[in-house]
Amino acid sequence: MTPAGLEITTGETVLFWVIAPLMVLAALGLLFVKRAVHAAMCLVFVMVSMAILYIAQEAPFLGVVQVVVYTGAVMMLFLFVLMLVGVDASDSLTETIRGQRWVGLLIGIGLAVILGGVVARAAFPPPAGLAGGDPGGVANPQALARVLFGDYVLAMEAVGVLLVTAAVGALVLTHRRRLTPKQDQRAVADARIRALPEGVVLTPLPSPGVYATSNAMDTPALGPDGEQVPQSVSRVLRIRGQEKAAPHAPGTELVDVRTRDAGTSEARTTEGEA
Amino acid sequence: MDITNYVVLAAVLFAVGATTVLLRRNAIVVFMGVELMLNATNLAFVTFARMHGDLTGQVLAFFVMVVAAAEVVVGLAIIVTIFRTRRSASVDDVNLLRG
Repeated sequence: MTPAGLEITTGETVLFWVIAPLMVLAALGLLFVKRAVHAAMCLVFVMVSMAILYIAQEAPFLGVVQVVVYTGAVMMLFLFVLMLVGVDASDSLTETIRGQRWVGLLIGIGLAVILGGVVARAAFPPPAGLAGGDPGGVANPQALARVLFGDYVLAMEAVGVLLVTAAVGALVLTHRRRLTPKQDQRAVADARIRALPEGVVLTPLPSPGVYATSNAMDTPALGPDGEQVPQSVSRVLRIRGQEKAAPHAPGTELVDVRTRDAGTSEARTTEGEA
Repeated sequence: MDITNYVVLAAVLFAVGATTVLLRRNAIVVFMGVELMLNATNLAFVTFARMHGDLTGQVLAFFVMVVAAAEVVVGLAIIVTIFRTRRSASVDDVNLLRG
């Protein structure tokens, strides 16, 4: 390997100065963004940018692996767990340890200063570069494979064992043993009938937007008395506060049925019964 | 441009990841901070490999990626299990083991 010296091209400089501030911004988003899903999106951006930087830094194989493993597998796993845990799992803002926020911020800034100081004071050798001038240099994936399966073949085997163990461990951890007999359709129906006195609705819930001006998902239905029916809007929308008010359709005045029907015989009979 | 700029970027990302771990309450976001720290070290590995003209740095970054994938699988399984029993993904709520 001849240290032929490395010239960083203007293109790479421009690429770095375009991508690096965006990466830092997205990483800070991880710190300040409220919803966990948005944090995951910020992290996806950081990881894709990281893959671009790998490819610019003569590591094309690692760039592809970064996209496949991190953005393809790891972040999808994160999003699946977020969906499993639920969108309303928000951050609690009460501090259990007093002053933890400021101490944490101080430690973080201190870490950044220390790391920056170390990098600034360290004496780095002149960058050698991996290609060494010739096109079939050491930077290609074949050379990487030669090192990986030559010098590090034992570590490779150990990592394979680790992956299998992790997969089995995740299966065991998320496995749920059945403690109660299996619920069949008959049992579910019986349970619902039995829960009827406690205010459980037997029929399906009303669909959103009935008798309102809009039939969108976030507009609650209006009952026969003109009141809004909050159960008609999805629970998730209600928790996220995206439920709209349902104004009455223009031209349709709310009519009290009892006063309208006051003169009819039907009303008289009901009055007689009462 | 100096190649040490990459190392500085890795240091900044690592510090941001560490601060995320320290400050956020949601266990999943804390986990994302750990992932950000691992990614930052990988960037440093790749940069050092290029700086020294030695592929070992890239091999190490590859191993870090594989171990991180295994770690994410087990960690998220633990979070899901905790959420099932406690109905919460906040790191503050897991203090029942306190004596």
